[in-house]
Amino acid sequence: MIPGAFDYHRPTSVNEAALLLRQLGEDARPLAGGHSLIALMKLRLAMPEHLVDLSGVDGLKGVRREGDDLVIGAMTTQHDIIHDAMLAESLPILRETANQIADPQVRYRGTIGGNVANGDPGNDMPAVMQCLDARFRIASPDGEREISARDFYHGAFDTELHRGDIVTEIRIKAPPRGHGYAYEKMKRKTGDYATAAAAVILTLEGGRCARASVALTNVADTPLWAEEASKILAGSDLGKETLDRAAAAAEAITNPASDLHGPAEFRAKMAGVMLRRAVMRAQARAKA
Amino acid sequence: MSNHHIALAVNGKPVEADVESRLLLVHFLREQLNLTGTHIGCDTGHCGACTVDMNDMSIKSCMCFAVQADGAQITTIEGIAHADGTLSAVQEGFRLMHGLQCGYCTPGMILRAARLLMENPDPTEEEIRQGVSGNLCRCTGYMNIVKAIQYAAAKLHETPLVEAAQ
Ligand SMILES: Cc1cc2nc3c(=O)[nH]c(=O)nc-3n(C[C@H](O)[C@H](O)[C@H](O)COP(=O)(O)OP(=O)(O)OC[C@H]3O[C@@H](n4cnc5c(N)ncnc54)[C@H](O)[C@@H]3O)c2cc1C
Ligand code: FES
Ligand code: FES
Repeated sequence: MIPGAFDYHRPTSVNEAALLLRQLGEDARPLAGGHSLIALMKLRLAMPEHLVDLSGVDGLKGVRREGDDLVIGAMTTQHDIIHDAMLAESLPILRETANQIADPQVRYRGTIGGNVANGDPGNDMPAVMQCLDARFRIASPDGEREISARDFYHGAFDTELHRGDIVTEIRIKAPPRGHGYAYEKMKRKTGDYATAAAAVILTLEGGRCARASVALTNVADTPLWAEEASKILAGSDLGKETLDRAAAAAEAITNPASDLHGPAEFRAKMAGVMLRRAVMRAQARAKA
Repeated sequence: MSNHHIALAVNGKPVEADVESRLLLVHFLREQLNLTGTHIGCDTGHCGACTVDMNDMSIKSCMCFAVQADGAQITTIEGIAHADGTLSAVQEGFRLMHGLQCGYCTPGMILRAARLLMENPDPTEEEIRQGVSGNLCRCTGYMNIVKAIQYAAAKLHETPLVEAAQ
């Protein structure tokens, strides 16, 4: 399958890239790892006339700490995330999630910025970003701004990004030491998108859940931060009755499609099952 | 549509070419360089038959434009044997352990296995299975592929790793 023709550009700075994207107009797109975009171009579901490759842009790769924030450059690959010592220590849910994305080859190329900017409800990182209350830093010819992951997604492939916008980094306030975490993903086979998945971060105090945040993947047009379910968990003993209520609250906000991954009713139910498993695993990992 | 001059190294040899921006790396390798050992299975990034080594990473060459490989170091199945033509440890493993039947997936499997062993010289069976999870084989049922990689890992412990990289 041969993609439609396009002009290729390789700028070296964020400014240059953002200006190029603005000038070239509606039919220009950033190119990161290409592992969503090139697939769409081959199917001619995307036919950009210009690709602006971000791989030569300075300063978009790597992980650093800034005060309470962990800052991850947009061009950091899933492979980099899996092998980063700082993330392994402070935000292990990212490694757990990245390891469940596709396969080793895709993870060497696919970037975290591309994963969150893509807007495909099947992508795994967006829900994790909502769970962690991450912020996306966006550069454009008009300047920089920051948007919460919880406000970023409007629909399938419909996000806060406008022409000339580039996600430059992701900022996450690290959860407290000893927090529990889990990303539970149901998939039909290795490398598949989720039938349903749930991300959970929680902290325990004296055996009870002090704080909790839950988000869901691929059970609606957008990732879903499960605010109600998070509230039910927080302050509870995480017992069976609580989990039943939290799972019901999470299922209630889903609106999955019936597709190759299964009928809608099944996928909604699986969102609840993934939530239960994620909470139990997070609880087992948390230090009280 | 734009054309670009690219310069890269393929199997240790410098290569220069003018390529159309939309030319995929796999087509560049197969059709312009006649390195037809790299296969196209699914053309959608799933099967791994097109796996090559680029800048010390296993990549699916059907999901990368040739122009993105400008400046890269690439190894294909044609470059995996030792310089004297004898088989590398991974190749030998596939041969001796019957790690292939039709052979369609084999070039991708071997490239992936070689990189896996460079990153993790002593993988468990589980790590091997995860490590080649981006490579589909319709024939073998994977048992003998796992054995082939285990054979190579054992063999490489006696010989310097650099040799496998060549
Ligand atoms: C076989 C296969 C299986 C996969 N399985 C999964 C899976 O299980 N889970 C999962 O989450 N993903 C999966 N993916 C997708 C993969 O993770 C992609 O790498 C990811 O979705 C996009 O990242 P990318 O760097 O490849 O971006 P690209 O494909 O280059 O870009 C994706 C989109 O985001 C835009 N974009 C990219 N970077 C930026 C930026 N910095 N600022 C603004 N816009 C930007 C592009 O213009 C494009 O519209 C799979 C892919 C394949 C081929
Ligand atoms: S042909 Fe490239 S992954 Fe199948
Ligand atoms: S040997 Fe036939 S596909 Fe693997």
